[in-house]
Amino acid sequence: MSAASVTEPSARAKGIAGFLVLLYTVITLIPLLWIIATGFKTGPDSISYPPKVVFSPSLEGYVNLFTDRTRATPEQLSAMQPPTNFVDAIVQRRGEVITQPSKFGARFLNSVIIGFGSTFLSVFLGTLAAYAFSRFRVPLKDDLLFFILSTRMMPPIAVAIPIFLMFRNLGLSDTHLGMILLYTGVNISLAVWLLKGFIDEIPREYEEAALIDGYTRFQAFRKVVLPQAATGIASTAIFCLIFAWNEYAFAFLLTSGTAQTAPPFIPTIFGVGGKDWPAVAAGATLFLLPVMIFTILLRKHLLRGITFGAVRK
Amino acid sequence: MAEIVIRDLRKEFGSFTAVQGSSFTVKDGEFFMLLGPSGCGKTTTLRMIAGLELPTSGQIFINGEEVSQKPASQRDIAFVFQMFALYPHLNVRRNISYPLVSQGMPRAEVRAKVAEVARILGIGDILDKPVGGLSGGDRQRVALGRAIVRKPAAFMMDEPLGALDAEFREHMADELRALHDRMGATTVYVTHDQLEAMQMGDKIVVMNHGVVEQFGRPQDIYDHPATLFVADFIGSPSMNVLRFEDGFAPGARVVTLGGARIATPEVHEGGAGRKLALGVRPEHVILTGSGALQGRVEAVEYLGTTQIVTLSSPYGVLKARTPSSQSIRTGETVGMDFTASTLTIFDATTGRALRTAANAGVHHG
Repeated sequence: MSAASVTEPSARAKGIAGFLVLLYTVITLIPLLWIIATGFKTGPDSISYPPKVVFSPSLEGYVNLFTDRTRATPEQLSAMQPPTNFVDAIVQRRGEVITQPSKFGARFLNSVIIGFGSTFLSVFLGTLAAYAFSRFRVPLKDDLLFFILSTRMMPPIAVAIPIFLMFRNLGLSDTHLGMILLYTGVNISLAVWLLKGFIDEIPREYEEAALIDGYTRFQAFRKVVLPQAATGIASTAIFCLIFAWNEYAFAFLLTSGTAQTAPPFIPTIFGVGGKDWPAVAAGATLFLLPVMIFTILLRKHLLRGITFGAVRK
Repeated sequence: MAEIVIRDLRKEFGSFTAVQGSSFTVKDGEFFMLLGPSGCGKTTTLRMIAGLELPTSGQIFINGEEVSQKPASQRDIAFVFQMFALYPHLNVRRNISYPLVSQGMPRAEVRAKVAEVARILGIGDILDKPVGGLSGGDRQRVALGRAIVRKPAAFMMDEPLGALDAEFREHMADELRALHDRMGATTVYVTHDQLEAMQMGDKIVVMNHGVVEQFGRPQDIYDHPATLFVADFIGSPSMNVLRFEDGFAPGARVVTLGGARIATPEVHEGGAGRKLALGVRPEHVILTGSGALQGRVEAVEYLGTTQIVTLSSPYGVLKARTPSSQSIRTGETVGMDFTASTLTIFDATTGRALRTAANAGVHHG
């Protein structure tokens, strides 16, 4: 038998660690899986007791999510043609007719515009500011950086009422621009600080070499610093997007129609008579996807990003 | 090809003065060393010549053109960084071609130039590799390649061998010097290693605390240090300094340390009323039975052909470098003589060397 190694964990320790990770994964994923499953249940299945783990899947929730419906009148029922597609089939089976498409699509699009718009703006401005703070002798640099950070110390919702009034007077209430500016304002402090850390880690010599090789300061920034900062930019973008995407309180307060995002809209999805849980779950599932895809696409950067600087290269 | 003239160059960072009033001239084709301990302002001076820092005051002329306030890209110089600063996201070929691409050179011409540089440096086989996996020496060669490919007017090198291990450094130093001799381009080279400076440089500027202490050929700096700092910094072991007072008149050829009369080069200044120091290199201390000064042997270090003898004397501890064949035992008392023509007398208060017949031509900072 070999002596126990200091750096290499034993097979047993690895086994226990693996089991704990698996357990934790299951515990965290169960609510998520439950929501996804509920989206594919029928109304009765979703509220049955005891809860159904095995069920026959249905697209009812998704159909309900994207449509507004009303109970069909007897005349309509009698005039009804046999269904030509699965949507009509589901609706007819319940004796309903579609009156119009629901607002979910528009609300979802609002979330995409506002979420990605504010993320782009935060990262764009944050990168420029972080570069300036990292590389130039900015007067009162430390004070400015602290000032930027201090905007983060207070929960943003504490200033909800002043912002509400401000937005009303400026005509920004319920506009895409207003929400993009607001989320950018909240995220930019995080972006500047995160990105400054990343840019500080990029040796100045790279840019200086480019300056000497005949590039301007801005070209050096674009061609040398940006590729090096890609990791930091990606992870900052994920953090910004997650905040803007999930934000509920301001969205609830400041938007009601044209610029309403998905979070305040989803709870308002009610069926005809009783809460339509499958539709709500379907909305939540769709709402999860963009951030999930974005994060998976950038996961390599994210992992490197959050451990950045912890280990000397 | 360029001559670089530095006039009253000064750099302040807030209240800290990094370089105060440096002046020197780098002649066309010279391999020029900026030497000094860390924090002496040598790198700041180099960066000002390159255009990476703008001087607070003073002028920099490259080929007669005043460039002190121009951006680096307009000075036609190349810079080799200590940590090489190869662009990590580009491969070797693209690293070397980067400065050419910035000038908008046609692709075929770029290819030809890169190939030529690769041949000179012997790196043709690694051109398409990423720079990440290269050895220290290859990185150094790629960094040099990026510098020479543009055929700039002058090269700036900031401790380019500092990141290499000792064994390889020697080899690269030879390679660098050979490359310089072949290309003949003006090179300004920063180092804190006095051996490197002596070994490679045509001229050396010794800096300390932002001030140029001495400027000249390696031999002059070694043989006739202009200040006590240079005497101590250059040479290993460094110059022996014997503190004394003697009111000799200008024109004296002998100084007295206590009772001992020591022959020196003809001194052009008087010694009266000054605290003085006599500087003598260890190899110019001759151990004899009957020397002017007496010293007790404290230790003997054997170095092969020579040995370093540590002696205690009334004027402090001295080191002498003598042939190993000379038999010297720890504890015995020996006499010391000094080779007269090699001695330097310093004003111990200001640190400046007194003018003598020997150091008359030496350029002080």
